[in-house]
Amino acid sequence: MTPLQGCLLVSALLFAIGLAGAVTRRNAILALVGIELMLNAANLNFIAFWRYGPHPEALSGMMIVIFSISIAAAEAAVGLALIIAIYRHYRTVNLDEIKDLKG
Amino acid sequence: MTWIVQNLWLIPMLPLAAAGVIAVNKQRQRKLAATLAIGSMGLAFLLSLCAFSATLLHHGGNGAFREVAGFNWLQFGGQWLQISWVLDPLTAIMLVMVSFVSLLIFIFSVGYMAHDENFMRFFCFLSLFAAAMLGVVIANNLLLFFICWELVGLTSYLLIGFWYHKPSAAAAAKKAFITTRIGDLGLLLGMVWLYAETGTLNFYTTNGLGCLEQSALAAMVTHMTAAGMAVSTAIGLLIFLGAVGKSGQLPLHVWLPDAMEGPTPVSALIHAATMVAAGVFLVARVYPLMAAGAVPVEHGAPVTTALTVVTWIGALTAIFAASIAVAQNDIKRILAYSTVSQLGYMMLGLGVGGVAVGMFHLITHAFFKALLFLGSGSVIHGCHEEQDVRKMGGLRKFMPVTFAVYAIGMLALAGFPLFFSGFWSKDEILHSAHGWPVSHIPFLLGCAGALLTAFYMTRQVALVFFGKYRGGVRESAAHSQSHGTIKPSSHEDSHAEPHESPAVMTVPLVILAVFAVVLGFVGTPAWPWFDGFLKGEPAAFNFARLTESGTLGLMLASAVIVFTGLSLGWWLYGKRLRKTVEEPDVLQVAQPAVFRLLENKYFVDEIYDATIVRFNAWAAQACDFLDRWIWGGAVLLVAWVTLGLSRFYRFTDDFVVNLGFDTGCETLREGGDELSKWHSGRVQTYLRVIGVALVVLVLFLIWGHKS
Repeated sequence: MTPLQGCLLVSALLFAIGLAGAVTRRNAILALVGIELMLNAANLNFIAFWRYGPHPEALSGMMIVIFSISIAAAEAAVGLALIIAIYRHYRTVNLDEIKDLKG
Repeated sequence: MTWIVQNLWLIPMLPLAAAGVIAVNKQRQRKLAATLAIGSMGLAFLLSLCAFSATLLHHGGNGAFREVAGFNWLQFGGQWLQISWVLDPLTAIMLVMVSFVSLLIFIFSVGYMAHDENFMRFFCFLSLFAAAMLGVVIANNLLLFFICWELVGLTSYLLIGFWYHKPSAAAAAKKAFITTRIGDLGLLLGMVWLYAETGTLNFYTTNGLGCLEQSALAAMVTHMTAAGMAVSTAIGLLIFLGAVGKSGQLPLHVWLPDAMEGPTPVSALIHAATMVAAGVFLVARVYPLMAAGAVPVEHGAPVTTALTVVTWIGALTAIFAASIAVAQNDIKRILAYSTVSQLGYMMLGLGVGGVAVGMFHLITHAFFKALLFLGSGSVIHGCHEEQDVRKMGGLRKFMPVTFAVYAIGMLALAGFPLFFSGFWSKDEILHSAHGWPVSHIPFLLGCAGALLTAFYMTRQVALVFFGKYRGGVRESAAHSQSHGTIKPSSHEDSHAEPHESPAVMTVPLVILAVFAVVLGFVGTPAWPWFDGFLKGEPAAFNFARLTESGTLGLMLASAVIVFTGLSLGWWLYGKRLRKTVEEPDVLQVAQPAVFRLLENKYFVDEIYDATIVRFNAWAAQACDFLDRWIWGGAVLLVAWVTLGLSRFYRFTDDFVVNLGFDTGCETLREGGDELSKWHSGRVQTYLRVIGVALVVLVLFLIWGHKS
């Protein structure tokens, strides 16, 4: 097993855990945590493919990941703000009870 | 150009304005209406006198005085239709006659219509009539002529039907209107044809291009119609048809006697003196057209086809109507048939002797016939609206003034020698007829007519004015019986007796009587002033002319005829006076079949009823049938087809188009319902689907590539 495969395996595992958490958790904050996990799994993939790719000297993978992390931070801020707004409106953060967006 | 020619239009305009003002005023203002009508007529008369004197001043110069004036009315293609008027001796003499007779009749009407409720309406119509008639007289083109001619016809209709609540009056008005319409159609056709031929409707123009002037006439004579008739003849005959209708000539005379249903002043003004003379005047006006293309003759009038027709129609009408008048019993109907007969004389005069001969009789006749009609109006008024001569009699004592003037009128009409105008004018006609080169029959017919005229007038006067008063006797007897003891009968007797008419009625009669006598002297053979006046030649007094070329002999002959007629009438009716109302007529006893024929006017009305009227009714019914069943059926069919089609469209709409559409909609909505179940709003479900889809995608990518 090459180091790249090991990294991808870890990243896949991380993604699976994140997806499971995002899908199964009733609490919106925990679902958000799951989403963050999936995002980080993707970041890990970027790093791995950059590090073991044909041009590890160019910092392209690093750049994308830092960019992605900063977007994730902003996304987390927006997501939490939405959750607070939802909580203020519905007095709950249980995702099963928040279904007014359907057509 | 003299000012009177420029302002000739004022003459008809004055009565027209009066009619307009009367029409818009309230119904009760009788005095205003009478003042306006008579005042405007008086002014028109004064202006007519001015016009007459203008022509008189010019008289004796070379050629006839003739001046025209007018204005452009409306543009018609590249040309202007003009309204223009002419002043010549013919116009002037007619103007004076019409306005003077109208004036006297207006004054008479004030008395006659005093008790009528529609006094205002009557004067409005009378003024309108006078305006139209004066318009006819001054017209210098056929357009203005035709407009006024139709207005005259309209007012005639209105006035005959003045007492429209009487069914007979309403029917008579319609009859007059429709019968004259037949003639007017001819006039209109002639007018249009004339316009097509000459390009102008003006009779005379200043530059000699009018349709009655030499260049136009010469062109029309050379053109031929299909039947080999000169265009001028054809147009002349068409125009004459109009005159036949208006002047009550055979065979369109039927309306004139019925027109006596109108008030008596109307009968006098319209149906004796002026309107019916319009036809004669028309023929006189277009005489150059009628006479165009004649072979030049040494003396006497030219002979053409058109004038020959005029002569024959006139002669036949004269004898025909005179014979009917013999057997009538209505005082106004006798006079009406007499008018028809005299109009026939005028036509005869125009045909055989030219304008002057016919017009002279027209003028004299206008005066004495107006006199007779107004006299009969006075009689009718005096006898409490009785018109049957059998119920009159002895009026000589009750109405001396009326009797005197009536006798003058009667002698003038009969043509009593030397002192009455009718003698001179009728004699001139007979004289011309005698010299007519084509045939002697019109002359003989004219003589027979003169005999009958003298006869029936004597009969009428004998029945009306001599003997004992036969009217009211039975009535008053029955009256006093029913009231018997309550009232003494003396008062009622005085009421039932005839009375003399008021001065407002007798004064016009006297004036007319004077003219009925003196007018004759302007046209005697010794001093043919009238003839010369119309032709524009000076007339010299020449006693010798009385004796030349058989004039004296003819005068003697006509005097003998008149005396025969008078004495025959007196012998039959004056000697043995009628005692009772029911007594049969003397002629009826002697010749019952002939009398019956005459009394029923030769059954002309019945013949028309059986032929023309029946044909018309049949045609109307056929048209009704066509309209109702053929055209109406077609329309109904189309309607039904449309209705059926629309029902079919509705059916397909409801059950085919709508059904399909509804099904489509339903399916779409159900599909939407199904799809909306996927849109639960649960975020985690969506995420789950995405996850599963991702897994499926990955699996597909892995294994899909391999295979």
